[in-house]
Amino acid sequence: MRRWLLAAALAVACWAIAPGVEARTVRWSASGDPNTMDPHSQNLGTVTMVLQQIYDPLIHRNPQLGLEPGLALSWRQEEPTRWRFVLRQGVRFHEGEPFTADDVVFSITRALAPTSNFGIFVDTIERAVAVDDFTVDIVTRVPDPILPNKLASVFIMSRSWSERHNATRPQNTRQREEMHTVRNTNGTGAFRLSVREPDVRTVLTRNAEWWGWQVPANRGNVTEIVYRPIASDATRVAALLSGEVDFVLDPPLQDLARLRNAPGLRVLEGPEVRTLFFAMDVHREELLYSDVRGRNPFRDVRVRQALYQAIDIQAIHRTIMRGQSVVTGTLFPEQVNGYVREEDLRLPYDPARARALLAEAGYPNGFEITLDCSNNRYINDEQICQAVAAMWTRVGVRTRLNAMPLSTFFPKIQRDDTSIYLLGWGVPTLDALYSFQSLLATRGTAQGDGIWNFGRYSNPRMDALIERMKTETGEARQAAIREALRLYREDVPHIPLHHQMIPWAMRANIQVPHMANNQPYFRWMVVN
Amino acid sequence: MFAFIVSRLLQALPVMFTVSLISFAMFAYVGDPVVIMLGQDFTEAQRQQLIRDLGLDQPFFMQFATFLGNAVQGEFGLSYRLSRPVAELIAERAPATLELAFTAAFIALAVGVPMGVYTGLYRYSWLSRVFLTFSLIGVSLPTFLIGILLILTFSVWLGWLPSFGRGEVTRIGWWTTGFLTWSGIKALVLPAITLGLFQLTLIMRLVRSEMLEVLRTDYIKFARARGLSNRAVHFGHALKNTLVPVITIAGLQLGGIIAFAIVTETVFQWPGMGLLFIQSVGAADIPVMAAYLMLIALVFVTINLVVDLLYYAVDPRLRIGRGRGH
Repeated sequence: MRRWLLAAALAVACWAIAPGVEARTVRWSASGDPNTMDPHSQNLGTVTMVLQQIYDPLIHRNPQLGLEPGLALSWRQEEPTRWRFVLRQGVRFHEGEPFTADDVVFSITRALAPTSNFGIFVDTIERAVAVDDFTVDIVTRVPDPILPNKLASVFIMSRSWSERHNATRPQNTRQREEMHTVRNTNGTGAFRLSVREPDVRTVLTRNAEWWGWQVPANRGNVTEIVYRPIASDATRVAALLSGEVDFVLDPPLQDLARLRNAPGLRVLEGPEVRTLFFAMDVHREELLYSDVRGRNPFRDVRVRQALYQAIDIQAIHRTIMRGQSVVTGTLFPEQVNGYVREEDLRLPYDPARARALLAEAGYPNGFEITLDCSNNRYINDEQICQAVAAMWTRVGVRTRLNAMPLSTFFPKIQRDDTSIYLLGWGVPTLDALYSFQSLLATRGTAQGDGIWNFGRYSNPRMDALIERMKTETGEARQAAIREALRLYREDVPHIPLHHQMIPWAMRANIQVPHMANNQPYFRWMVVN
Repeated sequence: MFAFIVSRLLQALPVMFTVSLISFAMFAYVGDPVVIMLGQDFTEAQRQQLIRDLGLDQPFFMQFATFLGNAVQGEFGLSYRLSRPVAELIAERAPATLELAFTAAFIALAVGVPMGVYTGLYRYSWLSRVFLTFSLIGVSLPTFLIGILLILTFSVWLGWLPSFGRGEVTRIGWWTTGFLTWSGIKALVLPAITLGLFQLTLIMRLVRSEMLEVLRTDYIKFARARGLSNRAVHFGHALKNTLVPVITIAGLQLGGIIAFAIVTETVFQWPGMGLLFIQSVGAADIPVMAAYLMLIALVFVTINLVVDLLYYAVDPRLRIGRGRGH
């Protein structure tokens, strides 16, 4: 009897110490496993989806992808090339090290290393300076109006921990041994890494001491996250249906109807910040893959318009995407800074007009062309290309489809070895400059200019507008973006298709905000 | 005997060399690892640096020589995709594949042989017809479809068995085993059946036809004439003589099971070497692919050697033949 009483008392005591904290495990899955646990090595969605639960950046994102304080409480552009960040005090890393300005300086320097894949987020930074223990100045080479947006993607590591484990730089490919950070973490975030078995399972447990639990918006109640990748689409869906996993980040489109109707499951849909379009060689005198000799049809804007107007985008939206796309006439979706609704208009679908434009441009009998596409990178990429090839052939542009896996597709287009190709472009900085600069700037004038411009589009007006986006601020900058979007619509450097929609599938008792960057934030996940 | 082994080993060397040369030559077509490693944003200088770091600017035969030189020392470098030593990755995955392959082979033998004997003895019974129809399904359905059907039935509808993964594993030294936990055994059932089904039907059909053959021979008639029981005739004389080709086939198929576990491992997300290989192909992870293909070549060469040695031990004619100086 006494023992029983003791046990009861103990149970009550535990209950009183930890009110409402029960073990709530979420088992989730997606097709790919993170390649590494190093926060500055691979800028990939599959890596970030795990690491952003463990590491904090200076600036957090809210469910609408807006900015809010993270490890920095406030930030200000003191001078055109100097930003000041005031840091949060009393934060500790998972292994106990106190967080200070020195760790910020270290992490930014680490992200700047040549072996880091996070260069785009720190490309304008000259150096970071610790003013005192909790103030950091970041000096940029040129005025950078969107620095806070970029720093929301740079995770903060502990300097002493990294030095102790010989990991002051991201993995170098020349090294022969594995670095400590490939399988170990030490962040300040809401969850800590407890098990890491690459390609098998990754287990995170709740960090009860996380500073962010004080913030009311972070009302997540998950205590353990078990991630297990399942590469096969059918198996991943089966595991969700049979109750072995609770949440699937990338359910295949053909199974959505079934998942929606399955008892106890729901599908959460939302737009992704990724836009699909066709880009074409507008540089060469003669196309590599065409039967037109002596001239390049794509250099004529009428031909570009003709191909544009030959696409029945509604048919693609309805039958191939099964309604899971946002049809667009512009370069990026509305979550990106600089979006203008008035410029998001498509040229109407009009095959007769397309034929007329081709005849006007001197191709009354059309011509032949090869379309390069990936077949495992974007949602239904190959099917989209098949449909469009048929539509173009119908107006006289006889299109051969060359669909290939991403590991051969990207090297091919990166050698400019293409006449026309499909590309899906995401915008991690959520700012217009990133898209314009990478896709439409004349290649090679400055770092980052035109690195994904494989049709070698070059327009002095566009270049001038991009220069303005880089340095100007406020209304002048927005005006430059607006004008560039207008030019994009008039000059047809690309043939835009749609923004991808991404469905997430989960058990009905899970609540989590759908994010346009396709990242689940477990600090907001509530399981009932 | 020793000379025989040495000569076989020497024969194996050119095989291994050819496999490594062909597989290495193929890597030129699987895609460019540099692009995948660099991600979406990079500068031309970074790209050139990475190409130099990986030694991809060297001519083909230089790359091959470096690879071979390292491979001989057991050094396969760092995986491009996972930044971890390839040898360690493969050693980590090998137990999963080997446990799966041996379980599949065991199921194939333990079920296939009795079914073959039965259908050989009772050719016209309805059960034999059921077995034969079933074996037709096993031979003709592709592995991934069988896997999906099993998942649908036993995981989604009945909820008895897990649809993916290895369950709880126990670590014994560097080896991990799923045999010691209930969830590990449950996880093994569906993939092992999927992987073993083809071999099972193959063995069953082989045993059946051998049994039919042997039952017609004179010594079986003599055995019956001596008044031996059915049981002694069927199992003591007939089955024993059918087993020689069965063992040969089963041995050779084991290599196939290990090598072609790729599909089964993909369907069931079984964390073995085949899954590692598929993921490496997607990322053009050349060091892992090269090491895997070399390993599989080695497995085949070894199994062939063992089978040859078994023949040598079992079949006295081979030994006499050697003695005469052929």
